[in-house]
Amino acid sequence: MIPVANRDSGRDQEARSNSRSFSSNSRPQIEADQDSGRNSYADCCLVEFSEKSDEELDELSRKLYGADIAPIVEPTVDGDVPAIVELTVDDASSWHSLILSPSNGPAFIFVILDEISCLSGVEFSNLLTLSMRARLKRSSLYTFGCIRPSRESTDEPHQFQGPGFSRHVCCNEPGFHRKKPLKYPSNYISTTKYNVITFLPKALFEQFRRVANLYFLLAAALSLTPVSPFSPYSMIAPLVFVIGLSMTKEAVENWQRFMQDMKVNMRKVFVHSGNGIFVKKPWMKVEVGDVVKVEKDRFFPADLLFLSSSYEDGICYVETMNLDGETNLKVKRSLEVTLPLDDDQSFQDFKATIKCEDPNPNLYTFVGNFEYHRQIYPLDPTQILLRDSKLRNTSHVYGVVIFSGHDSKVMQNSTKSPSKRSTIEKQMDKIIYVLFTLLVLISSISSIGFAIKTSKQTPFWYLPQDDKNLYNPTRPLTSGWIHLITALILYGYLIPISLYVSIELVKVLQALFINQDINMYDEDTGTPAQARTSNLNEELGMVDTVLSDKTGTLTCNQMDFLKCSIGGTQYGLCSSEVELAAATQMAMEVDDMSRTGAHGSEIELEIVESGERRSRNRIKGFSFEDSRLMNGNWCREANADVVLMFLRILALCHTAIPEVNELTGGLTYEAESPDEGAFLVAAREFGFEYCKRTQSSIFVREKDPMSHEPIEREYKLLNLLDFTSKRKRMSVIIQDESGQILLLCKGADSIIFDRLSKTGRSFEEATKRHLKEYAESGLRTLAFAYRKLESSEYFTWNDEFLKAKTSINGDRDAMLERLSDMIERELTLLGATAVEDKLQQGVPQCIDKLAQAGLKIWVLTGDKMETAINIGFACSLLRHGMKQICITTNVDMSSHNSTKGVKENILMQITNASQMVKLEKDPHAAFALIIDGKTLTYALEDDLKLQFLNLAVSCASVICCRVSPKQKALVTRLVKEGTGKTTLAIGDGANDVGMIQEADIGVGISGVEGMQAVMASDFSIAQFRFLERLLVVHGHWCYKRIAQMICYFFYKNIAFGLTLFYFEAFTGFSGQSVYDDWYMLLFNVVLTSLPVISLGVFEQDVSSEICLQFPALYQQGPRNLFFDWYRIFGWMGNGLYCSLIVFFLNIIIFYDQAFRSNGQTADMAVVGTAMFTCVIYSVNSQIALTMSHFTWIQHFLIMFSIITWYIFLVLYGMLSPDLSGNVYKIFLEALAPAPIYWLSILLVAVACNLPYLAHISFQRSFNPMDHHVIQEIKYYKKDVEDRHMWRREKSKARQETKIGFSARVDAKIRHLRQKLHKKSSPRVSM
Amino acid sequence: MDQKNKTSKKPKNSKFSQQELPAWKPILTPGWVITSFITIGVLFIPTGLLALSASDNVVEIVDRYDEGCIPDSYSQKAESYIQNPNQNKTCVRTLRVPKKMVAPIFVYYQLEKFYQNHRRFVKSKSDKQLRDADAQDDTHNCFPEDYTADNKPIVPCGLIAWSLFNDTYKLSARGKAINIDKKGIAWKSDMEAKFGSNVYPKNFQKGTLIGGGKLDERIPLSEQEDLIVWMRTAALPTFRKLYGKINTDLESHETITAEVENNYNTYKFGGRKKLVLSTTTWIGGKNDFLGIAYISVGGLCLFIAINFILLYVFRPRRLGDPSYLSWNRQPIV
Repeated sequence: MIPVANRDSGRDQEARSNSRSFSSNSRPQIEADQDSGRNSYADCCLVEFSEKSDEELDELSRKLYGADIAPIVEPTVDGDVPAIVELTVDDASSWHSLILSPSNGPAFIFVILDEISCLSGVEFSNLLTLSMRARLKRSSLYTFGCIRPSRESTDEPHQFQGPGFSRHVCCNEPGFHRKKPLKYPSNYISTTKYNVITFLPKALFEQFRRVANLYFLLAAALSLTPVSPFSPYSMIAPLVFVIGLSMTKEAVENWQRFMQDMKVNMRKVFVHSGNGIFVKKPWMKVEVGDVVKVEKDRFFPADLLFLSSSYEDGICYVETMNLDGETNLKVKRSLEVTLPLDDDQSFQDFKATIKCEDPNPNLYTFVGNFEYHRQIYPLDPTQILLRDSKLRNTSHVYGVVIFSGHDSKVMQNSTKSPSKRSTIEKQMDKIIYVLFTLLVLISSISSIGFAIKTSKQTPFWYLPQDDKNLYNPTRPLTSGWIHLITALILYGYLIPISLYVSIELVKVLQALFINQDINMYDEDTGTPAQARTSNLNEELGMVDTVLSDKTGTLTCNQMDFLKCSIGGTQYGLCSSEVELAAATQMAMEVDDMSRTGAHGSEIELEIVESGERRSRNRIKGFSFEDSRLMNGNWCREANADVVLMFLRILALCHTAIPEVNELTGGLTYEAESPDEGAFLVAAREFGFEYCKRTQSSIFVREKDPMSHEPIEREYKLLNLLDFTSKRKRMSVIIQDESGQILLLCKGADSIIFDRLSKTGRSFEEATKRHLKEYAESGLRTLAFAYRKLESSEYFTWNDEFLKAKTSINGDRDAMLERLSDMIERELTLLGATAVEDKLQQGVPQCIDKLAQAGLKIWVLTGDKMETAINIGFACSLLRHGMKQICITTNVDMSSHNSTKGVKENILMQITNASQMVKLEKDPHAAFALIIDGKTLTYALEDDLKLQFLNLAVSCASVICCRVSPKQKALVTRLVKEGTGKTTLAIGDGANDVGMIQEADIGVGISGVEGMQAVMASDFSIAQFRFLERLLVVHGHWCYKRIAQMICYFFYKNIAFGLTLFYFEAFTGFSGQSVYDDWYMLLFNVVLTSLPVISLGVFEQDVSSEICLQFPALYQQGPRNLFFDWYRIFGWMGNGLYCSLIVFFLNIIIFYDQAFRSNGQTADMAVVGTAMFTCVIYSVNSQIALTMSHFTWIQHFLIMFSIITWYIFLVLYGMLSPDLSGNVYKIFLEALAPAPIYWLSILLVAVACNLPYLAHISFQRSFNPMDHHVIQEIKYYKKDVEDRHMWRREKSKARQETKIGFSARVDAKIRHLRQKLHKKSSPRVSM
Repeated sequence: MDQKNKTSKKPKNSKFSQQELPAWKPILTPGWVITSFITIGVLFIPTGLLALSASDNVVEIVDRYDEGCIPDSYSQKAESYIQNPNQNKTCVRTLRVPKKMVAPIFVYYQLEKFYQNHRRFVKSKSDKQLRDADAQDDTHNCFPEDYTADNKPIVPCGLIAWSLFNDTYKLSARGKAINIDKKGIAWKSDMEAKFGSNVYPKNFQKGTLIGGGKLDERIPLSEQEDLIVWMRTAALPTFRKLYGKINTDLESHETITAEVENNYNTYKFGGRKKLVLSTTTWIGGKNDFLGIAYISVGGLCLFIAINFILLYVFRPRRLGDPSYLSWNRQPIV
């Protein structure tokens, strides 16, 4: 199918010798081509023109490709011979491309592959797209027909049969697929977990996978037997309530998913309904075999066989962002035979059959045959349009549905994101196990006690053996065993049944608050933050390492032309973000200084200057402001000729293509890199508007500096020496209208400086200084230089260059390298540019704050090392004076040596670096680790990874460049497992999905088009900067809330549960409970659960502003100060104490004496009720002490809990004694009138909380934590009274950081101070 | 459509949704701490004293008679004595009134080591049967005291009723009998609602197993106050239950003769029996513990308060002093 052939050098040689002339003289012919407006090339390095006959060409191509390409040549009937326009060789990927261009008719691109086997069809098409993008640009692409090799020579129908290839699709006859055996699933998709029928069993199963729930289920089941100490309903009701609540949550979530599915299912598409009429149908009604018509910018409803498109040659462009995150368009080609099916009517009688592979998840393969007009044509992935990809640049396509609904490749591909659990939850499990152990322990004690008691109880005549053998004094052992079950049920209160459900509820509410946070709402895209899974909220407060993607996350991938240095003079007044931030910080410091000392005015002045914001209406890619250059003023500069040359380089030295913007009529530039785009915009603004590119010329509309009249000038483009990462420079050789040949060069400063002529160095010093400043401000810099060429010199060189370019030898690259090196010499320096890689809004500030909060930030990017380092500078991860440790693999070494050698080398690098870090004496020295993907492959292997990790951890910032998505995930895993700390991964693209799923918390950047990362993430935010608020505010709050909540839960259940145990010891371990069943039922569900939920949802130790102002507070989370075992056991101990107090005080007060003046003594119901009241009071006042933030909600819920208890008691007591039993009228008749009852409540409640109160008072008074002090400052309004102190503390409240602005700002301030000192000292001497 | 979508996604900017509701944020300032501890102390100690004095006003006479009421000849075989139905079990005890006892004086019996709270025991009754004459067959928890040998339901069934305490006391002072009022010793609600006025004892204590007291079959359960009191199971193995009330004052140093009919078998499990005469005050019977507990907690609070004051004096910390912030403190090496 693909025109591929083994390259045979012999034959190549022959082919080349066959093509006759290689000369630039052929240009006129090409220009004729351009006149027909058909093709304009971005940069055509080689123009090859041949005047071969058809036969010759035929032979050439046959030799080249081993395929008969006669059909292509045939259209050129008028005798015009196609021109081989371009032949490029790319050694890296071993492919050659050849563009043939006949004078009329479409041009063709050939790609020759060295190794057929290693490239699949899709890869090939990607490659093709890539090569086309690079060279030709989309806009002008469609006129190039794609190679359509003749079928008879190359194509055999696929020979496949057997399992895996059984699909049979009858095109245009969906009716066939409504019954067996061809009945395929409908296009209805469902991502719901449950449906109406499966909901109950499946959701129940999910619920009972939790050990605690299973225990309660077992207990509930046993409560139906006489073994149970409680009535069945008191066991079953809370379980039903708790499970019901969880299941309701599941149901709601499922419903939301269902609604989302329905939104997709209800999307409309045109479906052929017979007789050539297409009607709109929802996606879900689309069936296999249907012919559908998809319009521009719509998604494909199912996997389609591409039949024809609005383009005559049956191609279309597809964006697969949703599948693989790639933004570039891919070309799909229909079969030739289906090309005529290009309007609605033609489908009237369309009949065909497709036999193909069964549904599978592989996006890049497809095998099938297409049977049409009794001929069989093979199908491959280029004819398949996948569901969820988008039609672009094509007005419509027709296709036949092959795979629908869940059969489609994308649905087959969807994987469930792994379910994650937070650290706290994992720890909570351990606590549950501790409690289970405790439960089993006291149950054993209880049953042993029971057995002993029972064996000794023969004399208890009033306790005869019962009818069920549960109590049999003659067989104490049996009774003891049975009693173990009873006890296990009885002490179930130690394990809070409602804990899970309460936590779940609390987390959902917390998530709602996160979603509702208006400060994380992005106005531009209209996206709020979203907690996609609520069970990781508290984990946000414990993050230690942030692993971030670069493009799209930290940067917008947009460049802004900001400054330049021309001829040793700096232009551009705008400051970079780094400078701005430094200025702001300085302003603050100065404010402080002016209070203490007097001299600050000088610095202030400077700040006002640099602090000027970029206002005006912004032009994308251009933030330059300097009247000296704008509006043609440059010609009034002293060295106007230098400026002119500089600006010409801006406008000429690039590979971009201009495009007319249909809306505004202006020009936009399609550039290979965003830098170039920024340069062109800048050139335009300076009056050099690049407007047209033809095969051989660049047209620039130059504004005459005097008259402001635009003049269009043509520059002949003679050569273009490409930019590669190795060369680090790019040049064009042009001939201006006066015939002067110029070499214009831009490149990395180091490279350019090496190539300057002796005379061209006049600005070197100044430029170097400026470059350093730019780099420090985090800007991307390029140096500009030029060279005047004599025409003789040029043509000699060009001949050689052309030769080298057309040679297909192994040393071709070296030759080209040598030749370009030859011409790119003796340059004259003009100046340098500084471009700001537009960071996303607020990124440096956010990184700074995160660093202050003690988070480590790693950047994992697919970019080149230089770019990554630049960004590192821009977002303050790197700064001047930081020691950069670059770990790389030497290319030569890797090719020659064995893996082992490479590894040893890397290990050596790592050890050396570690040694260096270790030996560093300066405590403020910061190290940055930069590692590339290739090296990382080795560094991540088992034997190296620990050393690597150790080194990485000791460095202030880590940047991994050129990493693959898989490596991102591996690095994440290494950090996660190696350090054992919580990791957060943030990214926006499909390539970040692995990392997002691997990290403890995955955050997706939403708002951009691709949703892959968001779909895989746990939280989604619209901008990187919201991460600060998400972590520092919500994370901090949620962590504390959940930690306190869980601790309290254990406390209250221990406090309550143990009283049951004590009492049992007094009943001969018989399993009798002192409380009524209903009390216990309500305890967890109503009487104590609401305040703790309000604690979990609303508690704030400090307000959100303070969280942000004092990032150091965040460290309470990663250090786990609120949920360590010390604290957990403290709370458990408190529970134990409380249970002892409640039980024994009540027992001693009530046990034998009359409890009221009427002489009645307390029976079990009275004691139980009094004791229970005490429990309710104690635990509710405990939570009031725990809280530090009372809104009306907390007040209400605490009061409500206590009042509900009384209301319940009264109402329950009024029920018929059949229901209320001993509780009948107990409160109104027996307890309420007894003063001793009220006295004991007061006594017990106070006694229970006394130690805790003393403890927290003592702690706050003598060992306050940060939030305590801040609370106090706020409480006494000291922040208002003593602003200075407040500001000072705010600036101090950060972790020692070596990255972020703060570190850099400090350096900057030092620098400015020195300057100030210098300035002021002469004055002093005067 | 798009615009609408955008607006609908924008979070509400309310105080509630932004978690900015006005809130009371109390903090434990030293003032607060000391004040609250002192307040507790100041409140608790007088309350404790009040309770203690109330308890002190209670006059209580306790007489253990289980051992004393066994004739010496039976001292080694108390059980056979108590189980012998033909034995005359009356025994006379002499009580001294230490202080004047003002009516009403409550007469209690106290049992020890009697597990009325044992699960086997507590369950063994039928509330329904006690209340409802038609529910006499509702005896499902009452085994073995549910049916007689000839399969007639026992009313009231179950172990609790069956083990009814049956010692009786007759008091006299200076030869004159003191009337013990047996009415009004049970909770009113019990008599009205839990024990049926049309439910009469049936087949009670007629089986092979002999338990405790017998019931007059002519009196409805609602009026059998002894039974009602007994059936309110006690919380602990040591308990007192109301036997009756004396509505006359007893003078100080008076000697009271108690004629005890010692029927109830506690000898088998070594339980004690006591006769208690006690007055009550507003806190009920004699209950020194409550007062002591109050005084101790109050004292403890005062003690803590004093400690705090001392600590503040010697190691004061200005509230909101930023030097206590972790970043201002010297790192602990």
